[in-house]
Amino acid sequence: MGDAQGDQLVVTTKEVVADGVVTLELARPDGGRLPDWAPGAHIDVTLAHGATRQYSLCGDRWDAHSYRVGVLREIDGRGGSAYVHDELAVGDVVAFGGPRNDFAMVPSPRYLFVAGGIGITPLLPMVHQADLIGADWALLYGGRSRSSMAFLDELARHGDRVHLHPQDEAGLLPLAAWLDEPSADTVVYCCGPGPLLDAIADATAHWPPHRLRTERFAAAELGAPVRDEPFEVELARTGTTITVPPQLSVLAAARSVGATALSSCEQGVCGTCETSVLAGVPDHRDSILADHERAAGDCMFPCVSRSCTDRLVLDL
Amino acid sequence: MTTTAPPVPTVDVDPFSHEVLADPLPMQAALRDAGPVAWIPRYDLYAVARYDEVRATLVDWQRFPSGAGVGLSNFRYEEPWRPPSLLLEADPPHHDAPRAVLAPILSPRALRRLRERWCADADDLVAGLLDGASGRRSGAELDRRRADVVELDAVAALAAAFPLRVFPDAVGLPPAGRENLLPYGDHAFNAFGPANDLVAKGAPRVAELSAWVASQCARDVLSDDGFGAAIWAASDRGDITAGQAPLIVRSLLTAGVDTTVHGLGACLYALASNPAQWDRLRARPDLARVAFDEAVRWESPVQTFFRTADVDVPIGGAVIPEGHKILMLLGAANRDPRHWDDPDTFDLARDPSGHVGFGMGLHQCVGQHVARLEAEALLGALARRVERLELAAEPERHHNNTLRAWGSLPMRLHVT
Repeated sequence: MGDAQGDQLVVTTKEVVADGVVTLELARPDGGRLPDWAPGAHIDVTLAHGATRQYSLCGDRWDAHSYRVGVLREIDGRGGSAYVHDELAVGDVVAFGGPRNDFAMVPSPRYLFVAGGIGITPLLPMVHQADLIGADWALLYGGRSRSSMAFLDELARHGDRVHLHPQDEAGLLPLAAWLDEPSADTVVYCCGPGPLLDAIADATAHWPPHRLRTERFAAAELGAPVRDEPFEVELARTGTTITVPPQLSVLAAARSVGATALSSCEQGVCGTCETSVLAGVPDHRDSILADHERAAGDCMFPCVSRSCTDRLVLDL
Repeated sequence: MTTTAPPVPTVDVDPFSHEVLADPLPMQAALRDAGPVAWIPRYDLYAVARYDEVRATLVDWQRFPSGAGVGLSNFRYEEPWRPPSLLLEADPPHHDAPRAVLAPILSPRALRRLRERWCADADDLVAGLLDGASGRRSGAELDRRRADVVELDAVAALAAAFPLRVFPDAVGLPPAGRENLLPYGDHAFNAFGPANDLVAKGAPRVAELSAWVASQCARDVLSDDGFGAAIWAASDRGDITAGQAPLIVRSLLTAGVDTTVHGLGACLYALASNPAQWDRLRARPDLARVAFDEAVRWESPVQTFFRTADVDVPIGGAVIPEGHKILMLLGAANRDPRHWDDPDTFDLARDPSGHVGFGMGLHQCVGQHVARLEAEALLGALARRVERLELAAEPERHHNNTLRAWGSLPMRLHVT
């Protein structure tokens, strides 16, 4: 408890599952339980040189010891996906934050899932879950070609609920045909490239509010890069300044000099250790704050979160 | 059903007898010392009492789900006494949306708007007790009433009075009928145990109290700025269904009152019986949250919860058979010497972080930040005005199948 080893994952499996797509299975170095998640959740993975990428979890949440993510090689990307494809190997260790969920499944008797390319990843556990609870559902899944579309084998068992649209065989996803008639009891989940999200927003413009839920998998540029060097934390209540090395959590470092800091889960989930940030930019690793709350930068959870800047001043 | 003798130590106790409820510590020690898991024959029940096993069972929702009930009654075979909770008695995926909606409504950031008002309310409550009721403050009267010592029942006057003053308002309940909250909660927590005399005692009022609670969960009954309204607003966004909203409000009314009352009672008892700790709190009022969590560890207002094995689950060399109930003794885990130094001592110098008094994992108390804020407000108000707390007479326990509670805490408050 309290050391930062808890936010590391080791690559246990790496597999090519489609043209340009690999899946990684990730586990605790000691094989321990991972933080809970629900369909739609993603983790922040910190790759070599501090680059952070967000990957949707697409494994089985009933397996508490393993995460699975799918990674598309992005030709025009910033190097993160190329690193995962070309260099990251089984046995390598990456840092992670979260999981966080901005794309949570809401209760509904009927779902329409619309995936474009690698946008299938957050929808895969949703499909599983919709099936589990006996909801009425369908999946529209488009991609450049059949060979580029991941997880077709896993989807095959769902039979005619799954509608595949490889662009080179079947053209673009027939959104209008599916969405012309607003449905009173359907929630639409869509993940994919920007043009698909724009098109589906247009296609559902006449639907009642809150029925379309989307996630852009091309995440916005994150802020300052995550650092793996030590940083300084000033504990404002006593004026004490401590150096936090990579292997220690801010919470553990603060306690080591006698700070009183109540916590509970120490996984960035329960919120007990919420602490005001008086100066500096926190590197948020929790599962709690929404994006706008992260951006505000006025509080953090020192059990898991760290610092982007050389120095943080905390109300501790 | 045939019961083969399980290869685990047998501990022949009744965790729900009045003898044990009066003082559960010897039973807790016996179960802890028997092994990582023990078997209680009279209920054909497995039990974990050590910190590591209790914590591991709490977080393992995959193998120890809650959907078959978190009491002794197994919903696979027995009809629940009320429609099951969408939070406490539900598992993923059905548990996801209610929890995702409620957690931010009760988060520390969402509660910031209440802090100032609750602190003022606590100051006002304490002033009323120490200075006499407002409106009767003629000069002489005030002088007379400004006694050095005030004697009161700290359960009724403080531990119950403060939550009942602020929490129903925060939920958005109308004023009438709030006296039903404590008896309803008391019965709900008794109902997790066996059908003993404590359950029978509550039975005559169950229908009436349940109807009242259900009526308070309706949208048009609730104020438009409370936790209840925020839950209903989530149903407008489609994040939960309109059918789920009232049951989630019901969870606040069931789990949010008695637990906090008894947590505060535990804390006041601990501080009154450990004067050095009261002095420490007065010297450092920022220890109020630690004091409350240490009291929750030390007394464990919620003593026990159950899970049901979804598959055969190995624990410490034994196997909990699929479909069997397992009793988790949170109170025993919170005093396990394998985890805590000097666990029977209430000590504000201790870091109580990681106690399981609020549970742990997916079902961990979603209202814990509300309870801490109530405690912080009340303890702060008392610390400012009271130099010393002392027990004025022998306190009396209130017996409940789940809760460790005080019925009365006669106390003398020495005013500064």
